[in-house]
Amino acid sequence: MSGIADVRVAGQEIRLEHVSKSYGTGLAADDVNLIVPAGSFTVLLGPSGCGKSTTLRMIAGLEETTDGRILIGDRDVTRVGVAQRNLSMVFQSYALFPHLSVAENITFGLKVRKVSRAERQRRLQTVASVLGLEALLERKPGQLSGGQQQRVALGRAIIAEKPVCLMDEPLSNLDAKLRHEMRVEIRALQQQLGFTMVYVTHDQVEAITMADQVVLLNGGRIEQVADPRTLYARPATMFAARFIGTPPMNLIPASALPVEALPRGTRSDDMIGVRPEALILDASGPVRGVVRSVEYLGSDTLVDLDVDGALVQARLPGQDMPAPGTLLAFGHGPDDLHVFDPATGRRREGGVVETGLPRQSN
Amino acid sequence: MEQLLVALGSMALGVGACALYFWGSNRLLDLVFPARSAHAAANIRRANLIRPWLFLGPAVIILTVYLVYPVLNSIWLSLHGRTGEEFVGLDNYVWLFGDDGFRESIRNNLLWLVVVPAASTFFGLIAAALTDRIAWGNIAKSLIFMPMAISFIGASVIWKFIYDVRAADVEQIGLLNAIVVALGGAPQAWIALPFWNNFFLMVILIWIQTGFAMVILSAALRGIPEETVEAAVLDGANPLQIFLKIKVPQIWGTIAVVWTTITILVLKVFDIVLAMTNGQWGTQVLANFMFDWMFRGLDFGRAATIALVIMALVVPIMIWNIREAQKDA
Repeated sequence: MSGIADVRVAGQEIRLEHVSKSYGTGLAADDVNLIVPAGSFTVLLGPSGCGKSTTLRMIAGLEETTDGRILIGDRDVTRVGVAQRNLSMVFQSYALFPHLSVAENITFGLKVRKVSRAERQRRLQTVASVLGLEALLERKPGQLSGGQQQRVALGRAIIAEKPVCLMDEPLSNLDAKLRHEMRVEIRALQQQLGFTMVYVTHDQVEAITMADQVVLLNGGRIEQVADPRTLYARPATMFAARFIGTPPMNLIPASALPVEALPRGTRSDDMIGVRPEALILDASGPVRGVVRSVEYLGSDTLVDLDVDGALVQARLPGQDMPAPGTLLAFGHGPDDLHVFDPATGRRREGGVVETGLPRQSN
Repeated sequence: MEQLLVALGSMALGVGACALYFWGSNRLLDLVFPARSAHAAANIRRANLIRPWLFLGPAVIILTVYLVYPVLNSIWLSLHGRTGEEFVGLDNYVWLFGDDGFRESIRNNLLWLVVVPAASTFFGLIAAALTDRIAWGNIAKSLIFMPMAISFIGASVIWKFIYDVRAADVEQIGLLNAIVVALGGAPQAWIALPFWNNFFLMVILIWIQTGFAMVILSAALRGIPEETVEAAVLDGANPLQIFLKIKVPQIWGTIAVVWTTITILVLKVFDIVLAMTNGQWGTQVLANFMFDWMFRGLDFGRAATIALVIMALVVPIMIWNIREAQKDA
């Protein structure tokens, strides 16, 4: 059987320098600076309308940049046509050609590039065996399930053996179980094949589980670029703090907490972030609040607390079910309080990595 | 003035009578099978079985009178002589298949059948593809669609001027001859040039039908998912490959419907030939041939026979066309 090694490619670095995109009056991308390391899995994450798809389409060349430069593997491709950028792409709708069979769909790109029939067949067999599509090659896309169509779209992307692959919310049309399977599979495929992946999603779980590097976007601007652990543990902005984590991080005015509980140097008008799962029941703890409502989730319980007028959520492990009206006190670990400047929305102390960490060598 | 009043009055009367029929028959049904009393459920079921027929009834009767009866009567007429009185068996059919005029009509109809739907669909597709991507595309589309609004006779009159011919020593008022003379050629009587004049007549119908094909195909082209086109661009396909290998195959169903719709129209082509040449100089077609025998030859039998031939040609295409159109929806 032909193996993965036959389709392995060397990924290329992608660099965005001061890239902007304006539609009429609005800015879909606003001075985006980004380095996607060669061979990395980089996820563009953000709410709808944050400019992540626009950024991806600018990398692909399907949208023109208004300003700035895009480099792929040290080559300035800002004004280079889509086909000459040497990349492949998986669309949200899969964009399979409905009139062509699975085999024809996958080899379409090779055919228009005049790759010989023998070579097309050889690569098709490899890709089909990697993706488990051997039995479906003669079918039309309309006869496939959503998950199978997804695989065909993947096959079309990897058969080209391009150094860069772009994916635009490829899992959003699948059910939860299949999405989980494909998440694992796409990540494994990328690691085995070695290409550089830029992956767009609005789902933080996809970002956290798959990425080497997450680029969090909001309103066309980059909020934070970090590996998933850093993104969760040290959010650079209040937006990042609220966007990552379920339920989101609590943000409370510093004035609602006793002064002795705050990190040194905190100003009274700062916002304090603390994750619901970082709050630990502790009778002598500094965070005190009255239980407003309780949500039982099975493995744990979510409690809404009133802490000096501010709403705070805490996650209680096990089967504890405090009654509304109870006064609870919480402690927390030394690094669990995050201080944000409400004027800029940014984290107070430094130390947050601005561009992606290099991939861990292993 | 009086005519206008009569027309308006009869229109009001007609619409009123229809409304009264539907309302009245519906009401009568509800009275016969009231949705109350012990048998309410059974009554509603029975009423609902009858109601569709009450509403469909008038349409079914009118269809029978104006479609089914004429077909049956044509068959009957085709087996009878010129006045429709004496029975002649299959004589009309025997005559027809030996007649030169019929052979000429069949040949010309086949020519029309091959050329007009193909050319209209082709030009319509090209126009749709080209006008979709440009700023003034909608203006171009309206101009191309405009001839659809002209009756076949009106279009024929326009094109008669284009093909008009005058003696070589006077000024040509026909556009085509004016151009030919300006280029140093001799003026031609275009519509009297045997064989080629068929194509000059076909141009008129192509001119009209291209707009129709363009509008339908343009809508179909817009229905193609943009992402499939972008995927093809990423795969390195050039615009021509994208058009031929990605776009056209995806709208193949619509192309077939447009093609067959024009084919049916072409099989019945009549007005253009009547107005331009009246079937002279080798331009006869079936519909005009039938008209000739009906109203000039005054032979009902032969005319009915020709009508049945036209019907036999149209019906299979029509059935296929309707099936295909329903598949598309």
